[in-house]
Amino acid sequence: MKCRVCRGPAVIDLPRHNANFCADHFLRYCHNQVERAIHDHAMLAPGERVLVAVSGGKDSLALWDLLGALGWEADGLYVGLGIGDYSDVSGEHARRFAADRSLRLIEVDLRSSYDFDVPTAAAVTRRVPCSACGLSKRHLFDKAALDGGYDAMATGHNLDDEAAVLYGNVLRWQTAYLGRQRPVLPAGNGFPRKVKPLVRLTERETAAYCVLRGIDYQVEECPMAAGNRHLGYKEVLNEMERRSPGTKSSFYFGFVDRAVDRFADGAPQPGGEPAPAVLGRCTRCGAPAESELCAFCRLVERAGGAEPVPVAPPRRRS
Amino acid sequence: MKVLLRNPRRELEVAGPMSVTRLLQQLDLNRESVLVISDGTLVPGDATLADDASIEIRPVISGGEGPAQ
Repeated sequence: MKCRVCRGPAVIDLPRHNANFCADHFLRYCHNQVERAIHDHAMLAPGERVLVAVSGGKDSLALWDLLGALGWEADGLYVGLGIGDYSDVSGEHARRFAADRSLRLIEVDLRSSYDFDVPTAAAVTRRVPCSACGLSKRHLFDKAALDGGYDAMATGHNLDDEAAVLYGNVLRWQTAYLGRQRPVLPAGNGFPRKVKPLVRLTERETAAYCVLRGIDYQVEECPMAAGNRHLGYKEVLNEMERRSPGTKSSFYFGFVDRAVDRFADGAPQPGGEPAPAVLGRCTRCGAPAESELCAFCRLVERAGGAEPVPVAPPRRRS
Repeated sequence: MKVLLRNPRRELEVAGPMSVTRLLQQLDLNRESVLVISDGTLVPGDATLADDASIEIRPVISGGEGPAQ
């Protein structure tokens, strides 16, 4: 295979673009896709300060690297989730990436700051670990972005993530979630602006970007996510993509271009679904909340100080 | 060739030479879900993998949060 641009030897084939690229032109392709996502969806303006949610995985480290290459001042935030060796290795990758490039990495550790970790929270609440994990990360990222005066918070959600979430939300007609599934969510109501600059890249492409840039990342899968529904959706979508390249992109961007507004707040909802609740403020931390305490402070109340639970793969319903 | 697979981590011995596409078919893997790295270098689907090559098949699917976002 030859590179579409220079006709040199290709290192990667991208069936969805009917294109092959050499290393240099693949990296340029990644830059162009991120630049275009930022521009098309008005994610960031020149000179704005960005906080990148960093997990130590391929997407967040590729995102941090790409934003820097494109000229944005970006700090990182790593949340220690306490998922045994997996978290230890992930944290090391994040720290090494930042240190090697003299970037600022802010760290928050659930165990030392809030006296719980994800395995313990999952056991105490009897919910899937991904629920406590996602809730904690969203709360702490929002808080850090607002406290630090950042203009926006950037996450490493890629095209596969967005297509899989859309697929799941459509299967269950989660209309309130569908209305918010955009590449950029504006600031307001106590939340920072949230942007997803990798939305035009698949996760195969972000992984290839890291390999070609020499970025070491956490390759192992989170032991607590094994077998979850979201991963199942990705497998289904990848099988469709294999048979018909471009399916994931058409599915997601077709939704963003032609359907998301139908589910926006205030739009008539199918089935008479009630309008989203007006958010008050958490009496403990001041975050947006639907009741006296926000969901994160309620989690801290339940899991904080509980006997630590060892890491174990979650039991799934078959 | 030695083939390293992950999640769970394991090694296979596969007779070469063989194309990347053929190896993935033989292992019943979707190329959308993996990268193939031969002796440390990323390779495309039509690359020929030598019998003495050291291959890593690196999964790229990750993610934990549920369908709602």
